Amino acid sequence: MNRREFLKAAGMATASCFLPGFQAWAVESNSKTSSNKKLVVVFLRGAIDGLNVVVPHGDPAYYSMRQKIALQAPGSPGTALALDRDFALHPSLAALMPLWQKKKLAFVLNAGSPDPTRSHFDAQDYMETGMPGNKVASTGWMQRLLAQMPDNHSPVRAINVGSTTPRILAGPIAAATYAPSAKRRRAPIDRADISSEFQQMYKGRNDDLEHAFLEGIAARNTINTALAGDEMNAEMQAANGGALAANKFGGFGKQLGKLMHDEAKVQVAFVALGGFDTHVNQGNEKGQLANQLNVLGTGLSELSAALGPSFDDTTIMVISEFGRTAKENGNGGTDHGHGNLIWLLGGDINGGKLYGRWNGMSQKELYEGRDLPVSTDFRSVISSVIGEHLRLSQSQLEAIFPGFKFTDKSLSSIIV
Amino acid sequence: MKASFINAKAGKALRFSALAYSIALLLPPTLAAFAANGPDARSQKQEAKSSGQASQKRTYDNKEILHMLNRVSFGPAPGDLERVKRMGVEAYLKEQLNPSSIQQPEELEKICNVPALTESPAQLFLTYGRPALKAIATKSGSDNPADKKELQKALRESYQFLYEDTARARLARAVESPAQLQEVMTDFWYNHFNISVDKNLDHLWVGSFEEAAIRPHALGKFRDLLGATAHHAAMLFYLDNWQNTSADSPMAKGRKGRFQGINENYARELMELHTLGVDGGYTQKDVQELARVLTGLGLPPGAGGGFGNNNPAQRLKDAAELGQGDMSMQLQRRAQGRQGIFETGAAMAGKPDLNNKLGSYFDSRRHDFGKKLILGYRIDGSGEDEIEQVLTILAKQPATAKHISYKLAQYFVSDTPSAELVDKLANRYLESDGDISAILNTLFHSQEFWDSKAINAKFKSPYRYLISSLRATNGQIDNVKPSLGVLSQLGMPLYKCLTPDGYKNTKEAWLNPDNLLNRINFATAYGVGRFPGIKPNLRDPAAVADCLGPTLSDQTLDTVMSAPENMRISLLLGSPEFMKY
Repeated sequence: MNRREFLKAAGMATASCFLPGFQAWAVESNSKTSSNKKLVVVFLRGAIDGLNVVVPHGDPAYYSMRQKIALQAPGSPGTALALDRDFALHPSLAALMPLWQKKKLAFVLNAGSPDPTRSHFDAQDYMETGMPGNKVASTGWMQRLLAQMPDNHSPVRAINVGSTTPRILAGPIAAATYAPSAKRRRAPIDRADISSEFQQMYKGRNDDLEHAFLEGIAARNTINTALAGDEMNAEMQAANGGALAANKFGGFGKQLGKLMHDEAKVQVAFVALGGFDTHVNQGNEKGQLANQLNVLGTGLSELSAALGPSFDDTTIMVISEFGRTAKENGNGGTDHGHGNLIWLLGGDINGGKLYGRWNGMSQKELYEGRDLPVSTDFRSVISSVIGEHLRLSQSQLEAIFPGFKFTDKSLSSIIV
Repeated sequence: MKASFINAKAGKALRFSALAYSIALLLPPTLAAFAANGPDARSQKQEAKSSGQASQKRTYDNKEILHMLNRVSFGPAPGDLERVKRMGVEAYLKEQLNPSSIQQPEELEKICNVPALTESPAQLFLTYGRPALKAIATKSGSDNPADKKELQKALRESYQFLYEDTARARLARAVESPAQLQEVMTDFWYNHFNISVDKNLDHLWVGSFEEAAIRPHALGKFRDLLGATAHHAAMLFYLDNWQNTSADSPMAKGRKGRFQGINENYARELMELHTLGVDGGYTQKDVQELARVLTGLGLPPGAGGGFGNNNPAQRLKDAAELGQGDMSMQLQRRAQGRQGIFETGAAMAGKPDLNNKLGSYFDSRRHDFGKKLILGYRIDGSGEDEIEQVLTILAKQPATAKHISYKLAQYFVSDTPSAELVDKLANRYLESDGDISAILNTLFHSQEFWDSKAINAKFKSPYRYLISSLRATNGQIDNVKPSLGVLSQLGMPLYKCLTPDGYKNTKEAWLNPDNLLNRINFATAYGVGRFPGIKPNLRDPAAVADCLGPTLSDQTLDTVMSAPENMRISLLLGSPEFMKY
């Protein structure tokens, strides 16, 4: 049994002890129900200010606490876009409004981690391991999720957009990693004679380097094929020539969407975007955060479009380590807070709705008198979504989030 | 055992080709050394250990010396092994821990003698900052489109010029400086106190930050290092403290502008990342109190302190209150070149010291003079001195000792260092009042450092991978840009880690399929002499193999020996063994 099989078996230990062959049967059964289902997680590093993404313009406290950075109520050109009577979306996310109208976009308010840390790095770690407060957890929850999904033996089962391995995917199943770029040039390793020399050197060592090498060769071939084509490059470059050039992740949506559309065996994908730690001058309808949201909104909208029919089988989840202070700070920015939004997009999202518990922004409702509270554990949101979307059982969810009892069923209607 | 391994290899090589034969001939010095150092060395070592005087009597075999070189330097260069064997491991460590005695090559000093590294933050702002460039670009002082375009171009060029000068010096020193530990620790501390060149004004100051705040203290006292970073313009800008202002201060009350209240960004990272560590026992209240202490510590007006202030009248008024004209306004009016700017700088030198190498400026009018309580210590409101008091308190905390010790142990010994080693180093930290050289001396003499389990057990970061490749081949950088490109592609763009925690130093972070293949792509192009901007001066595979020594596996050696001649260095640099150190 290799490590990958072991990991999967461990999650099913209770059943597999007395059911010989259970593992194979489970895989078979899973592959019938959810073989095409996909999950994309977009992590907004730096803690995005959710209060200026979904704006509670119905709450007077929002305006008294944010004199410089508040967004105006919807109605005039350039102001926030109405979601319902009391909430509106940042105008830089206009690209997402069609999805809201089609009821494919939802937000969970006041979600987050039960751990009170205001450290970016701890909070990101906790959200990625799925084990708040646990400092020795070494695998990520998307990695443990992969172990619960049918192994389709594809080198691109898991895609990571970036250059380093994020904690969320850390573990024995290697993720195919590629850096977002306009050009994918032919590299030395794409030449058979060079590749075979290195194969001879890496193969048969039975260690993590061999594993990475072989996964890399296989994934590279798949990704190169999927992302080849001049049309793609021209499009990407056009995108980079426009407003998105400032952000190196501009265009991430098109590339990832195309890859997932062309390569049916991609099961999970992860993208991290930075630059949301707006301590200074974050702006309101315009400014720093607005620019970032423009890149993000366009990327998400392009991702949804590029997925084509696969969008129906995909859930895109946007998370961030914590929220920011309800009140603006002394420099037109916000400091580290607690509760935040989780964004959900996808074919089977019961969207056009806001979920979660919202009690307003009055002083007595704020966590430690300064931040939005966490009313819904992020693991409840993820469990509600993947449990239904990927058809995972309670015991599978427990293997993904060890030690977490998923009892909050308030989001049970979030998947159609 | 080693001798027989070598002979077998040599025999095999002979059977393959004439070229392999030449390798076999070139290998023997090392192999013979292995043989000579084999069983005897081991028994001597055991004897030394049992006598309790390990540091005096201990001898080291080649494998151990190469291991030591891998960790104390950025990897062995040809000739290093022989040099250490001649002078002895003890003498080498002593030399590296006291770098002031090491003579720098003249060529290297020239590369490092550039404005980005030698000028003060204020001078850099006044020469290369937006107002200065605007004064030059917009001759008429107007905002017409052609002038704006000219200004954008000037800004891009000044960014590139300063960035490349800084990066060229950093990489050249890392590859060539004989004071290797100094360079290793500069990289370590830069990451510990990370700032990014891509945060606005910091593009002016990254080089100065490294040169004035980090490098001089890299092997000195932690308190001095902490103080230098806390007073460097680059850090104060990066973590926003330059705007941190007491809401009740005269500068905030009833005014518009950016100095209106507390910004706790630097205060938090100062405790979480720079000193105590996230589990260091501080509370949110401590963060808030520390932020109050730090109010007013920022940048000189006219040399960064009015960054982005779009209200010229307010800017002029603020500056006038300090008894001087607003530098940037003057610049625009004068529309002169660099010389004019310096004259203005000299005329202003009275109030903020524009030649100060760190470049901070304490504005008492924005400071909170109330009492504070931090980690149980009472701080009376005295102004600038409060900052020195808290930095001393933070540097002395056992939590700080532990945090720093853990990071050092992880960097030099193992991704998961033992609690015993961390405790040993933390004790040394507290006994020596945070003397970095003393702590490293303890580390380099610890059983854990020399444990056979530690040898070749770390996975190189992309930076170390690049530098060690150049060192093993006597590589020389002619054009720094392609090397910077490789670092970006490998996920470790130099001076561009956006977040204050810096780059990680573990296998978990860096080993992934794409990253590994990109290293192999680099190794292939560089090894055959087709990587732009750098050339391997050493074309002898056997000498490169010597830098890897006995960790080189049979499988790798077999592949290298049977490969076409021009691929051999590429294969060695792309081998699994060379990914580790």
